Amino acid sequence: MARTVSTRRRLAFTALAWTIALALFFPILWTFLTSFKSEGAAIANPPSFLFFDWTLENYHEVQERSNYFHHMWNSVVISFGSTFLGLLIAVPAAWAMAFSPTKNTKNILMWMLSTKMLPPVGVLVPIYLLFRDWALLDTLAGLVLVLTMVNLPIIVWMLYTYFKEIPGDILEAARMDGASLGQEILYVLTPMAVPGIASTCLLNVILAWNEAFWTLNLTAAKAAPLTAFIASYSSPEGLFWAKLSAASTMAIAPILILGWFSQRQLVRGLTFGAVK
Amino acid sequence: MKFSKMLLGACSAIALSYPAMANTTLTIATVNNGDMIRMQKLTGPFTDAHPDITLEWVTMEENVLRQKVTTDIATKGGQYDIMTIGNYEVPIWAKQGWLLPLDDLGADYDVDDLLPAIRSGLTLDEKLYAAPFYGESSMVMYRTDLFEKAGLTMPEDPTWEFIGEAARKITDKDNEIYGICLRGKAGWGENMALITTMANSMGARWFDMDWKPQFDQPAWKNTLKYYVDLMTDAGPPGASSNGFNENLALFQTGKCGMWIDATVAASFVTNPKDSTVADKVGFALSPDAGLGKRGSWLWSWNLGIPAGSTKAEAAKAFIGWATSKAYTELVAEKEGWANVPPGTRTSLYENPTYQKDAPFAAMTLRSINAADPKASTVDPVPYTGGQFVAIPEFQGIGTAVGQQFSAALAGQASVNQALDNAQKITDREMRKGGYIK
Amino acid sequence: MATLHTKSAARAMMSPSVILLFCWMAVPLAMTLYFSFLRYNLLMPGMEEWAGLFNYEFFLTDPAFFSALFNTLILVGSVLVISVGGGLLMALLLDQPVFGQGIVRVLVISPFLIMPTVSALVWKNMMMHPVYGLFAWLAKTVGLDPIDWLSAAPLTSIVMIVSWQWLPFATLILLTALQSLDEDQMEAAEMDGASLWWRFYFIVLPHLGRAITVVILIETIFLLSVFAEILVTTSGGPGYASTNITYLIYTQALLQFDVGGASAGGIVAVILANIVAFFLIRLIGKNLEG
Repeated sequence: MARTVSTRRRLAFTALAWTIALALFFPILWTFLTSFKSEGAAIANPPSFLFFDWTLENYHEVQERSNYFHHMWNSVVISFGSTFLGLLIAVPAAWAMAFSPTKNTKNILMWMLSTKMLPPVGVLVPIYLLFRDWALLDTLAGLVLVLTMVNLPIIVWMLYTYFKEIPGDILEAARMDGASLGQEILYVLTPMAVPGIASTCLLNVILAWNEAFWTLNLTAAKAAPLTAFIASYSSPEGLFWAKLSAASTMAIAPILILGWFSQRQLVRGLTFGAVK
Repeated sequence: MKFSKMLLGACSAIALSYPAMANTTLTIATVNNGDMIRMQKLTGPFTDAHPDITLEWVTMEENVLRQKVTTDIATKGGQYDIMTIGNYEVPIWAKQGWLLPLDDLGADYDVDDLLPAIRSGLTLDEKLYAAPFYGESSMVMYRTDLFEKAGLTMPEDPTWEFIGEAARKITDKDNEIYGICLRGKAGWGENMALITTMANSMGARWFDMDWKPQFDQPAWKNTLKYYVDLMTDAGPPGASSNGFNENLALFQTGKCGMWIDATVAASFVTNPKDSTVADKVGFALSPDAGLGKRGSWLWSWNLGIPAGSTKAEAAKAFIGWATSKAYTELVAEKEGWANVPPGTRTSLYENPTYQKDAPFAAMTLRSINAADPKASTVDPVPYTGGQFVAIPEFQGIGTAVGQQFSAALAGQASVNQALDNAQKITDREMRKGGYIK
Repeated sequence: MATLHTKSAARAMMSPSVILLFCWMAVPLAMTLYFSFLRYNLLMPGMEEWAGLFNYEFFLTDPAFFSALFNTLILVGSVLVISVGGGLLMALLLDQPVFGQGIVRVLVISPFLIMPTVSALVWKNMMMHPVYGLFAWLAKTVGLDPIDWLSAAPLTSIVMIVSWQWLPFATLILLTALQSLDEDQMEAAEMDGASLWWRFYFIVLPHLGRAITVVILIETIFLLSVFAEILVTTSGGPGYASTNITYLIYTQALLQFDVGGASAGGIVAVILANIVAFFLIRLIGKNLEG
């Protein structure tokens, strides 16, 4: 693996990579910085990057206006809940598809993925009516259910591709040793699949956290997550750049931090079995 | 028999008093504008007086609010106990029986104090269906310093001709001073509010008495051409994505010479905390074209209760408080008279302190009184509404037409193309709605 | 391996997902299909009546329909090209020895973690705003007239925003795939005097084939229903310049509250999506077999 590269070449690549990475990251950084400015400084021309009067006023004002922690907690419950429920349903299905495929397996997978192509707004009214009748409007349970369904195809498909990587011989050997189906899954399959399951989890938490149609339209107050929190800042009156930045930073910070710390796991699994 | 009747009476008495005794949570859907956000901070006196009522706020941007409350009320979802709705929705919803009549908001509510123009828009068959929280019309706000520098004097009742001349004269693009800021962002409540009232004053109308769209008439062509030319010569860059908020920010940072928009903006642009031009703003009536109609609109944000609500008593108590004179006084005491929600009550405009503290009070009242949603066009029309047409289809049509006009402003379509498309779109929708056979 | 026992167990394990998904898809779909044949406006209850194919006719003859269809294809196509092409270049770069690679990777991954609504708001107000945006400032600094991105180039702006969100995703997958490339094979080819281009074309690209397929498939699914970015920034305008099919259905459903029309639009969108999916799977299905 150790490639010999001249230091000069390495420096050149480093400079290029850092430039591009910073450019990609810049809008986020800029939002973060702006959130500490006063409204006047936020739109100052020329803009100041670091040398302005840092203030926490915007965060204070945002928190005064809306209960951030309530929304954040809802986001946590919804994203982790739906991921957990999704895994519970998807692991057996993916296992079955990977180790006991039939000629329809591929079609079922493709069909599952195609359910994601139905534009949600087209089915809003039917779902709304059903939720009203089942008393699921503005409940965390209802949202967990919806997001489980929305992301299930991706979960099944990701798990399927990981499971397929696991050589069948090992399972065969375990079975020869008299392992039951349950033991086989628990002791043989799961440890090998952990990286895959972990990154599936992460990706789905991210997708569920950022889902903005159902979470906005099926909630009012009690179950409203951060996507609804942001909806109250998207066009306030007058000068709002700094407050918008503060609210945006608050809405994305938890998932950003989670993503940063777990990026290795996320990346390892993000390959969808694309690596041979 | 007597006993059982008594028992029944007792039971129902308990049942009736139960909601008042138990802890009631009111979920209130509201819009994210300054006055509403201020109210959320000032509910202390109400919850102190009603310890059994808890308030839960759902604050949203206008479009999101509208789509959520409309879906909810039309499907009887019951997610909200109080909804913040505009005077466009109120008559349509009241007709469907979706709103609870508010005829008993308490002894000191003084319903006769409401401004007649505002009240009539919320009344159906003599019953009030929503209580106005604030009301607005439109007027001209202008920079006195820039007018002075250019040697211009703004009359109290300007014409479009004067506005056009003045805007071009003030414009100094090198220093980022734009003569006039007008709404350009597509939406029935954004650019179409302005353009429709402008068209009304220039003798155009949306429909003739047979509900035939009128965009193929010369009056519309004059209006749109005037608007596009003016904004091209004297408007800020990116005008086609500017709505109320964007223009407010531009005006507050001193980039606009004039701004024709909602009267509520007056208190924001004269507030030295947010506005860099607070002491240099003058006001005038919305312009006319000498045809007897001014382009003044009429809008109010109101609180209403969905029919069939199980928390009607608590909700009425809250609405009665939030739209009362007492609330106005509370805001005045905490934040000053200039910040009270304007445009709903006659008594406010007769209050000498308010007249003194709010330099825009007189012009706001005149503008509201100048608007007459029941007769806002020069030629007769089969609909009511100033800046909108009070039919359920209008949200969709208005926004689609607004897109066309926004494209004309952005220079992506000519005025004629935009009008042509507007005519086609409206005609299609009116056929679909069954207005034109 | 596939004994009778495991086969029935497999079916039992698969059924919860399949049944649940089937319900999730079938019940609303059936309701949507039913509504699409009704004249049904939420704002006018009690007026529902059978409308036959009226809603479909109306949706398909909408002057906005073909623009929306075209815009959808442009949007999906350009974002795919930008994110796969850019992602490939980024992955090749990040595969080189770079100081602080961990941090670079964290920075690059970040846009993917942002809520679409937030990124649209940030781009609209902080970057592309013609007066206060950073792009306007940059343009003025070098003496150019600021461009009003969202009204002068609405679809391009949206492509930019969406590409920004999806570029990290493509980069990461392609980078992971790249890192599993057999070094020896590359070195052997280098020894044989194969040019850089030759090595890229005949060794690297085939190796990445499957990863690229996955990126295209996943992204297409999400890109077909791009919506929040449009609602927040341009509202589909000016004119229909940035209206896609999903947004067009939105205007039917949540602006006009025309459930019948929106349902018909939804059904049309599903049919279109399936056509796309059909070709997509045809085109890349082979890569997925492996």
